[in-house]
Amino acid sequence: MKHIDAVSHVRGESQFVDDVPPPAEMLYAAVYGSPVMHGKILAIHTEHARAMEGIVAVLTAQDVPGENQIGPIIPDEELLAGNVVRYVGQPVAVVVGTNPDSARKGVGMITLDVEELPAITDPKEAFQKGWIIGAPRTFALGDVDAAWQGCDLVVAGSCEIGGQEHVYLETQRSRAIPLEGKFLKIYSSTQNPSGVQRHVAGVLGMPIHNVEVEVKRLGGGFGGKEDQATPWACMAALAAWHTGKPVELALRRAEDFRMTGKRHPYSSDFKIGVTREGKVLAYEVKHYQNSGATADLSTAVLERTLLHSANSYYIPNVRAFGVCCRTNLPSNTACRGFGAPQGMFVLECALAKAAEKLGMPREEIQRRNLLKENDRFPYGQQAMHCHALTTWDRATERYGLPAAISRVDAYNKSHFETKKGIALMPVCFGISFTTTFLNQASALVHVYTDGSVSISTGGVEMGQGLNTNIATIAARALGISPNRIKIESTNTTRTANMSASSASATTVLNGNAVLMAIGQILDRLKSVVTGAPGISGKEKVTIIDETVFYDGRKTEWTWERLIQTAYTNRIDLSAHGFFATPGIYFDKAQEKGIPFAYHVFGTAIIEVTLDCLLGTYNIDAVRIVHDLGRPLNKLIDRGQVEGGLVQGLGLMTIEDLQYNKKGQLLSRDLATYKAPDVYFSPDDIEVEFLEGGEEALGPFGNKAVGEPPLMYGIGVFFAIRHAMRAFRPGTEFAFTSPLTPERVLLQLYSDFQPPNQDKLEKTFKGGA
Amino acid sequence: MSSKTHFFLNNTEIRAGEHPGMTVLDYLRKIQRLMGTKEGCREGDCGACAVLVGELDGDRVIYKPVTSCLMPLGELHGKHLVTVEGLNMPHLSPVQQAIVNEGATQCGYCTPGIVVSLTSYLMDDKEITTEGLKNTLSGHLCRCTGYRSLKRGIDFLKLSVESRTGIRSLVANGMLPPYFLEMPDRLRIIPKLQMDKGISTPEFFIAGGTDLYVQKGDMLPESELCRLAMNQDMKGITPMDGYIRVGALTTFEAFASHAEIIRIIPNIKGYMSRIASLQIRNRATVGGNVVNASPVGDVTILLLALGATLVLKSGETSRTVPITSFFKGYKRLDKTPSEILSEIHLPIPAADTKINFEKVSKRNHLDVASVNGAMKVRCEGAIIREMALTMGGVAPIPLFLEATCRYFRGKEVCQETIEGAYPIVQREISPIGDIRGSAEYKRLLARQLLIAHFVKLFPDRIKAGSMIAGLK
Repeated sequence: MKHIDAVSHVRGESQFVDDVPPPAEMLYAAVYGSPVMHGKILAIHTEHARAMEGIVAVLTAQDVPGENQIGPIIPDEELLAGNVVRYVGQPVAVVVGTNPDSARKGVGMITLDVEELPAITDPKEAFQKGWIIGAPRTFALGDVDAAWQGCDLVVAGSCEIGGQEHVYLETQRSRAIPLEGKFLKIYSSTQNPSGVQRHVAGVLGMPIHNVEVEVKRLGGGFGGKEDQATPWACMAALAAWHTGKPVELALRRAEDFRMTGKRHPYSSDFKIGVTREGKVLAYEVKHYQNSGATADLSTAVLERTLLHSANSYYIPNVRAFGVCCRTNLPSNTACRGFGAPQGMFVLECALAKAAEKLGMPREEIQRRNLLKENDRFPYGQQAMHCHALTTWDRATERYGLPAAISRVDAYNKSHFETKKGIALMPVCFGISFTTTFLNQASALVHVYTDGSVSISTGGVEMGQGLNTNIATIAARALGISPNRIKIESTNTTRTANMSASSASATTVLNGNAVLMAIGQILDRLKSVVTGAPGISGKEKVTIIDETVFYDGRKTEWTWERLIQTAYTNRIDLSAHGFFATPGIYFDKAQEKGIPFAYHVFGTAIIEVTLDCLLGTYNIDAVRIVHDLGRPLNKLIDRGQVEGGLVQGLGLMTIEDLQYNKKGQLLSRDLATYKAPDVYFSPDDIEVEFLEGGEEALGPFGNKAVGEPPLMYGIGVFFAIRHAMRAFRPGTEFAFTSPLTPERVLLQLYSDFQPPNQDKLEKTFKGGA
Repeated sequence: MSSKTHFFLNNTEIRAGEHPGMTVLDYLRKIQRLMGTKEGCREGDCGACAVLVGELDGDRVIYKPVTSCLMPLGELHGKHLVTVEGLNMPHLSPVQQAIVNEGATQCGYCTPGIVVSLTSYLMDDKEITTEGLKNTLSGHLCRCTGYRSLKRGIDFLKLSVESRTGIRSLVANGMLPPYFLEMPDRLRIIPKLQMDKGISTPEFFIAGGTDLYVQKGDMLPESELCRLAMNQDMKGITPMDGYIRVGALTTFEAFASHAEIIRIIPNIKGYMSRIASLQIRNRATVGGNVVNASPVGDVTILLLALGATLVLKSGETSRTVPITSFFKGYKRLDKTPSEILSEIHLPIPAADTKINFEKVSKRNHLDVASVNGAMKVRCEGAIIREMALTMGGVAPIPLFLEATCRYFRGKEVCQETIEGAYPIVQREISPIGDIRGSAEYKRLLARQLLIAHFVKLFPDRIKAGSMIAGLK
């Protein structure tokens, strides 16, 4: 089955929020954001904006009728800043106009009197000053302190990993429509419809059921619309509430860049102890997360960092410390991988440093420490159906790693100004929301009298192929053609209390909920035919290819006849299904538990060529063996692996967020922030699926695929480093990501002395 | 400005009364409500808003993909604007089928633009190549697929279309709607617009608009514009006696495709594929790049090394300025507000002249350079007789390295000569740190680019390995 929306996509007929014809009298909103990083608001001057032609309303904190609060986990985030602003671009006022241009002009007329306060952008500095969010956390296994003395080598170091802009092609947007009474309908490009519903209700001081949220599809999310679609929906709703008119709020690209959070940059310190043979005995890591101005999802992101601090490796003694540090930058948020890439990167740096000191190939130390069945993760869960070694060995065998390494070595011996590098990257990613209660989903299935089927779930289609997966699952479970199945929009009136579409778990949770609903309908349908000639017990009734079989024999009952008969017999053809992931829990007091339903494993091999004269590089080839369980739809899954990989490659190389001293984002649009393009992305990507035998949580034994592939991209950092070390043997290069051509060249020629130091406007890099 | 913009939108004749400075993107989405064309960035960096603009050329219409977010509506006069809706047929086109079959659409937001651009590639009557299709895709950002499935789509397209390219052949094979065959006749009846003689002091002169719309996009739809594109005599490339006359409105793509230019700059197409996407190359003008005066403008850096002469016109009077003295300071030019850069004269270099362009940017393709540079050099034997070396991103203006050039003249091409130039280059440049790189990095790049020029142009005499080994 192809992507269910593919045909309407290629014809340009798929509708996004603002493609839907506008209702009459619709107004448009634009947002005024703080010009400073940190300051006390003395006065907001809106009178000039209000006086402009085409301006209908200007709304500030005092216009919020309910709670001016949208923090998803910790209530520390105002919808509109009332007294204090904490980052450049923080929303202060919403301007509503008769068209978007008027509204933007109105924004330009607003000024703010502000008493500036000291600002911090560095997470370690924030930590030292006590600017933290939540409590620091420590995950531990074994006894690290006792283990150091048993090690032949102990090395320590520091890492920096930069943030990442999501670059969803569709920017944040929402449309709010007042309904009769005090009800509202919200169209939002959100991964989290219930989150939008809850916060709109809270901001307007009304019960949740007053707000209906409708999501057809997203033009990409990548975590950026998990929590941060909420403010724009709330502002549109606030404007609709005040004006009584429909209001649309769509951010322009530069506004989206400036006002929304990104992947969290981390500063981390590590210490690792190994034996002479490369066995890791102890690992200690301290993560200082640059959370930005508010909590947002930062504490959950940090939790996943800590849970993935040992990645695919078994280390008997681990201590992983992490803290969310509050800084005066836009609040960082969910981004594909959700903290795991940062955790994995640090361990890979530690392993690289140990290998370099031991004079051992990095891949040797990596393989020696891979997880085996029943090994424990630092959080106590045991590795089950562990494919760390399986995928590693399959990848090295399938793609001929020893030969590739010899080829790279030979190349490097015969070339001076260009060098090749090769690196492996194993990934082990836990599937489930780490916040256990979020692991629930529901679905609503209707069968109509002609046999066509309508399915609603709490999952949001953002390109990942959820709707295709749900249709595949439903068709297989019902025994009918996917053409009979329609996947409805995601709507809070059909599905209540949804968890966000994130954590790679959307198909797992919602697909299983669909199966629960379908199970009920099938059970009723089987009762309908039981007792018909030749059908005596419903246990032996099955539906295959739209025909009822009894005990393996085809009957006269078609799907359509079955449905017609059920209907006329007054059988309920609708069902609600509910699914909650079984067997998971987490004890935060002990930092132990079984937080994940299962783990996804995989291994990537990445090869690069480095131009040692110019510091530029080309990613030549990527080879992947990925653990998929039993595939539902390989076209969809392959797309997730390839897309995630390239996003990860961008993260580690060219995607470079920079702010200046005033906290203004310098990489502020697509001209200054470069995401991978068709040339950057390697032509030569091969993906092999390890199709597992074991029964994963499903549905149908399928394993989650959304996030894990992103982390294959981490390997490119070490492939480039390998090439750099071939050019400058023995040099200890910094563990600073992204490894931009600038960072490469300055490190290759660290002796270069610029003749005179100009007075420069110093910029600091996001997280660096 | 009062006259209506008369053009065809897909299969429909249009007389648009909207302000000619409105972007084509806004016109499509807000006025026509054709929602297949998406807004992704409003600065020509993502390709989500790509449309085709067809222009009469003899008895044919030539279609080019452009980003509609940077194109003024008024430019459409007499042309055929094609959106994804105008390519739809009851069945899928080969481009659409390729994307569907290979799973090359996920969220779908970038997809219509990609369909439009790839279709334009097939409309040209030529052999389909992987590189050509990739080049067409290069102005399109897709965050979902990682491009791998799009590349599989390219393979699919090659197999499904084979040699049936060109508008007639595509229509005959049901791969393009039949109305395209009628377009030459329909366009021919649209009367030409007269140049706006009325405005003597427009608020903006606009050429391709690819930078002006990024900088002043909110003002243009409400301003008095002088649309230079209506000056037919400012387009085109003509060989003259000892020089080539390049109309200032010549697009990057036309410049790089012209045989005379390729003769002087043999690798111009390769350089261009890194400088700008096809969609931008079809709009951005050579003159605009010069007048825009970006200290790191790629084309300007090339023209500076080529020793171009600029012709400035104001009403009926004109004067010439060597490009080397045109840039007076950051975005300050030897040009009065009423003067228009009308043409650029490129001296035809002596037969044995070598030219090279280098550029380093964060992303290799379609990114503003950290430092760029061009070198034009002519030797007699191993002795340098003529040298023109330019660098961008290292000074407030596109820099001609006068002292370094003087140093090189009369010297032998050898490692020592190049090494002797390092301190001179460093004295001539004064980079500042910005989003494109730190000052230190740019200084280092200046040295590395100098080496790269010689390595490329004198492979027998200068070896990168040896040059690098000589560095500290």
